[in-house]
Amino acid sequence: MEQTQNAVLSVRNMSMNFGGLRALSDVDVEVRSGEIVALIGPNGAGKTTFFNCITGIYTPSEGQVLAYPTNGRKMRADGARSDGVRINGMRTNLVCELGMARTFQNIRLFPSMTALENVMIGRHCRTRAGILGAVLRGPKARREEQEVVDRSYQLLKKVGLEKVANEYSRNLPYGAQRRLEIARALATEPFLLLLDEPAAGMNPQETLELKEMVIRIREEFQVSVLLIEHDMKMVMSLSDRIYVMEYGRVISTGTPAEVSADPQVIRAYLGEESDA
Amino acid sequence: MAVANLLGNLKKSAIAALWLAFLTLPVMVIRVDTVEKTVTWRWMHLAYMLVGSFVLAVAWHFLMDRRDRGAANRDSGGGETQSALSLWLENPSVMRPLMAFGLLVAVAFPWVFSMYQTNILISALIYVVLGLGLNITVGLAGLLDLGYVAFYAVGAYAYALLNHHFQLGFWTVLPLGAILGAFFGILLGFPVLRLRGDYLAIVTLGFGQIVRLVLENWSAFSNGPAGISNISRPGLFGVTYGVDQATTYIYYIMLALVVLTIFVTARLKDSRIGRAWLALREDEIACQAMGIDNTRAKLMAFALGATLASLMGVVFAAKTTYINPASFTFMESAMILAIVVLGGMGSVLGVILGAFLLILLPEYMRAFSEYRMLIFGATMILVMVFRPQGLIRAKRKVYKINTEAA
Ligand SMILES: Nc1ncnc2c1ncn2[C@@H]1O[C@H](COP(=O)(O)OP(=O)(O)OP(=O)(O)O)[C@@H](O)[C@H]1O
Ligand SMILES: [Mg+2]
Repeated sequence: MEQTQNAVLSVRNMSMNFGGLRALSDVDVEVRSGEIVALIGPNGAGKTTFFNCITGIYTPSEGQVLAYPTNGRKMRADGARSDGVRINGMRTNLVCELGMARTFQNIRLFPSMTALENVMIGRHCRTRAGILGAVLRGPKARREEQEVVDRSYQLLKKVGLEKVANEYSRNLPYGAQRRLEIARALATEPFLLLLDEPAAGMNPQETLELKEMVIRIREEFQVSVLLIEHDMKMVMSLSDRIYVMEYGRVISTGTPAEVSADPQVIRAYLGEESDA
Repeated sequence: MAVANLLGNLKKSAIAALWLAFLTLPVMVIRVDTVEKTVTWRWMHLAYMLVGSFVLAVAWHFLMDRRDRGAANRDSGGGETQSALSLWLENPSVMRPLMAFGLLVAVAFPWVFSMYQTNILISALIYVVLGLGLNITVGLAGLLDLGYVAFYAVGAYAYALLNHHFQLGFWTVLPLGAILGAFFGILLGFPVLRLRGDYLAIVTLGFGQIVRLVLENWSAFSNGPAGISNISRPGLFGVTYGVDQATTYIYYIMLALVVLTIFVTARLKDSRIGRAWLALREDEIACQAMGIDNTRAKLMAFALGATLASLMGVVFAAKTTYINPASFTFMESAMILAIVVLGGMGSVLGVILGAFLLILLPEYMRAFSEYRMLIFGATMILVMVFRPQGLIRAKRKVYKINTEAA
């Protein structure tokens, strides 16, 4: 598969085995700069496993994961695109530092930290203060800390959570927790945002707001988005392109219109949905 | 509802009391005198038993209900209930004068009270620092370390041996001890990086035992169970003090170290590093996925905790002038952990309170020495049932936000 000119993520022939179980086999996925791409498929298709493989939580058994950061990091000095950064096997925190930030299907916030602090954690890899800075609180450390606080607050505002900045995240309603996870991911200054079922558990109104928020975020933060989602209405109206997975394979890919017309998809996925 | 609940509780308590009275009947009521060959039936004891256990059971149910109601309120209301104590203590207009007063009392202490009292307080202060050190590893970073006392031993033996063989003084060894502690902290940290929870606890427990066993059995190095005596007390510019003055001197050294430790740990708690530790404790995967280097954060927590323990070891050796491996058993680790848990994981103020309670109470309860451990155990259980978050719940800082910033 040749690489498209402006890809930010390119996954080639990736497979993942858990013992005898082949959770992913020969998956090819590409996300281009500024795109919103959706990954859909029935339960257990391997979508979350795919996220875990490209964020360093699992090391893929086979294949290549290449990232092409667009936010200035790890680019050649002359501005030309490098050959990309090989991600498979990279440590999770380095993948994040490179510029790929994710949310989790089963919300994983830091429950006994405040909403603001949760976002501040996202700033960790973009700041430097060490033990000495923390204890002595020199002017440089103080400035950095205030910057972290202010930026995190602005991000909370972007997802509409500024009023609960000082609430413990465990006390926030479900929808707010999902949005807080997005703010936390954005705080790491990603070029690619990975959202695992961001609308799960939201009502139609909240889902609609979320959709608008994702579009807004793409414009404002210049990020590409790869999202896993079960809500068909949201996926069809939000995404530029869709990958459909079943039993660990990509069975179809294309624009929403193309995918929803694909007989294989209708059989495997949409058909089941409409029958139910 | 409330009445039905109350009746239910009374019924449960009555059954419990009857059952207990029946079980203890042979012991409490029947008394066989083998010399006189008589049997006395002390029925009054049965009545005491019934009434006593009934009252205790009712009180227990009442407290449990109150606790559950508190939990239910918290779940539905969303807000956090704060204990009156911590609310009161967090008020700056209470906190500031209280701190000033506490410091004043602390400074005046050796002049007002006897040497004996000063010595006890030095021990308590040592445990305050040990508690705060373990609080970094366990309370903030969530790494359950059951071998913490090993680092305390490292500091103590570092001073004892360097003093014995090379006549190095207290002030020379203090920084050396700190460095050595950090080194040992990282040494333990590396192999346990991938372990969590129970597994981590077991390995650290083993580490603590290994250090103690080495000290006990490698006689050529540590003089074995006989220990090392005649360790020098701290001096100042060549001046050496007598026992009384040395105690006062060590007391002030300890006071300074406590103030320094409180300052450092309180600032760390609300810093970039402190937040990383907290994130590590709350959810290791999410922490890593947000770009935090888990390895670094863990090693830092181990190293800092170990540094403080090792510093205290140096002071301890200088205070007692005699050390042996018996001072560094698992019981010590358990005690320090109890201080952290009782006080409130992650709360600096809580850990200080916990240290004073757990070290001073048993000291002053020597009068009831037979029941000392019993009371101690019962208190711990009660606190854990009714305040599982510890005496003072750790609270997160409210940051000052500059809302104008774009
Ligand atoms: N750590 C693991 N060890 C073994 N099997 C795993 C592991 N993680 C995932 N699997 C298996 O891989 C398959 C894909 O799981 P995955 O969570 O990726 O599905 P998914 O597409 O995200 O489903 P859902 O829509 O329910 O979230 C499942 O059969 C699952 O049981
Ligand atoms: Mg999933």
